[in-house]
Amino acid sequence: MTTLSIKDLHVSVETETGAKEILKGLTLDINSTETHAIMGPNGSGKSTLAYALAGHPRYEVTSGSVTLGGEDVLEMTVDERAKAGLFLAMQYPVEVPGVTVTNFLRTAKTAVDGEAPKLRTWTKELSASMKNLRMDPDFASRSVNEGFSGGEKKRHEILQMQMLKPQFAVLDETDSGLDVDALRVVSEGVNAAKENSDLGVLLITHYTRILQYVRPDHVHVLVNGRVAESGGPELADRLESEGYDRFLVEA
Amino acid sequence: MTQTLDTRSGVPALLNGRQDRTRSFDLADFPPVNGREEEWRFTPVKRLADFFEDSGSDATLSITTDLPEAVTVETITLDAARAHGILEPEDRPAAIAAARAGGVTHYSIPPDAEIDDPVVIRANGTGDDTVHGHVLLTIGANAKATVVFEHEGRARYSEFFSVVVEDGASLTLASLQLWDDESVHLGQHDALVGKDAYYRHISVTLGGDIVRLGSNVRYRGPGGEAELLGLYFADAGQHLEHRTFIDHNTPKATSNVMYKGALQGKDARSVWVGDVLIRPEAEGIDTYELNRNLILTDGARADSVPNLEIETGNIEGAGHASSTGRFDEQHLFYLMSRGIAEEEARRLVVRGFFNEVIQKIGIPEIESVLNEKIEEELARSVL
Repeated sequence: MTTLSIKDLHVSVETETGAKEILKGLTLDINSTETHAIMGPNGSGKSTLAYALAGHPRYEVTSGSVTLGGEDVLEMTVDERAKAGLFLAMQYPVEVPGVTVTNFLRTAKTAVDGEAPKLRTWTKELSASMKNLRMDPDFASRSVNEGFSGGEKKRHEILQMQMLKPQFAVLDETDSGLDVDALRVVSEGVNAAKENSDLGVLLITHYTRILQYVRPDHVHVLVNGRVAESGGPELADRLESEGYDRFLVEA
Repeated sequence: MTQTLDTRSGVPALLNGRQDRTRSFDLADFPPVNGREEEWRFTPVKRLADFFEDSGSDATLSITTDLPEAVTVETITLDAARAHGILEPEDRPAAIAAARAGGVTHYSIPPDAEIDDPVVIRANGTGDDTVHGHVLLTIGANAKATVVFEHEGRARYSEFFSVVVEDGASLTLASLQLWDDESVHLGQHDALVGKDAYYRHISVTLGGDIVRLGSNVRYRGPGGEAELLGLYFADAGQHLEHRTFIDHNTPKATSNVMYKGALQGKDARSVWVGDVLIRPEAEGIDTYELNRNLILTDGARADSVPNLEIETGNIEGAGHASSTGRFDEQHLFYLMSRGIAEEEARRLVVRGFFNEVIQKIGIPEIESVLNEKIEEELARSVL
């Protein structure tokens, strides 16, 4: 078991009016067996946390630390973070014309593992994952995310997570824009990945809906760039009935 | 005909339809070029003065080839070449090239010949004198062949290339521009495509300082099929310009144009102008043209201009697509967040981008050259 440890994290983004601080001292520890839900109103810094952890160049960490198994994540380039075991399922996956899903996945797997996967087991595992995610086999030969529907893009993100087997996955609003059936498929995909190996999940969401399928061990409410309250699954239930109003009044 | 304003100079210019453009072997029909003309406005004409001057040198490209028995080569007169019905030059450099070439190099493939392996002709430039060349390639009825012209070395080459594809023949002609960095190459490749014949022209332009190639098709009977493919990769300071013109002058012919280019580095420049003219007699034709550009770094510029003139509505189809996209930080971030290193990410995206056209080329010799050269281009990358 390893720990992803975020301490007093401050993150700014460049805006037209200059740098704006979005995360204002966020602290969080996640073990590789746990699922943490990060909830919060719009603009509270949820996606900023996801991008900052993955190392997006537009998000500047001004102070604080992030370590994974004791290693300094903030010193790593974007690809080094992936190799260290971090995965970000993106809210808006990017289209890569002419690069097939198969080729992309194999290239990524080879990069993350430092060696090419064994062809036979790899192909078998890939088609099994695709089947469980209700993805048509045709997807393997299609260009990455090109012409994919919103739901297909999200399934493709979960497929990558299953194949790359990270230690920690940050799911950035993976549930947004999904209908009930797609939400169930994607959630099953996350649960299956957790069953197969140690996987710490940071589930970022605005709604409690996905938490009915992926049960969190801990729920954190992010308000104005900080964790305003932490609790167990019951906190999600309370948010479901009360909304974020009481936090916004305090903020 | 369209009356339009030349916005750069503010002087009204008449943009003729493509059928009105001058075609002639007589140099007097082409006035001096000032760079504001529709067909020259994208080209750095100031750096091409020698190509517009009616003067010759003895310089030639050094040719090496190992022709199969069926293929013959001889030097013939321009009149003899014209007897094959070749199309006329359509700009001043081409007219000068035809006049100054000192004879026409005629490669001939006889009727019914089936040549399996590509015929490779290597043309090597060895200096800075302007070289004028006129090549004629004829392929007899029902013959089948692939011919590859590979241009390398250092040259200032003004080329007029005439192709005649007789009825029922099938010809793939590839022109590879793998020039040294200082080279300049202006060329007009004209094909006359016979009844039920198939013609495929492939331009691959990776080297050279300035390359400007026109690939033109006219039909000599119904049922002809033309496919024009292009791939280019412009580096810092390179000007790579490709123009295609499909003259649909017969019924029931088809044409398909696909050009793809990548650009990187300061002042890397590409131009694609794709003209398709569907004349009133071109009933039942089907045409499609596509140009896509991928800009890898700041400071590069791609121009892409499709022109479709349709004079009959009684056709199967006519379409075009043109786009210029950027390899941006979102692509890079997405791929790198999956563990893929920056250089590998760029390679993946560029290869993916070119894949569509490389697959269509289908000549293993060219594919291996391309793979190697694209790697070299990417190694120069400076994002």
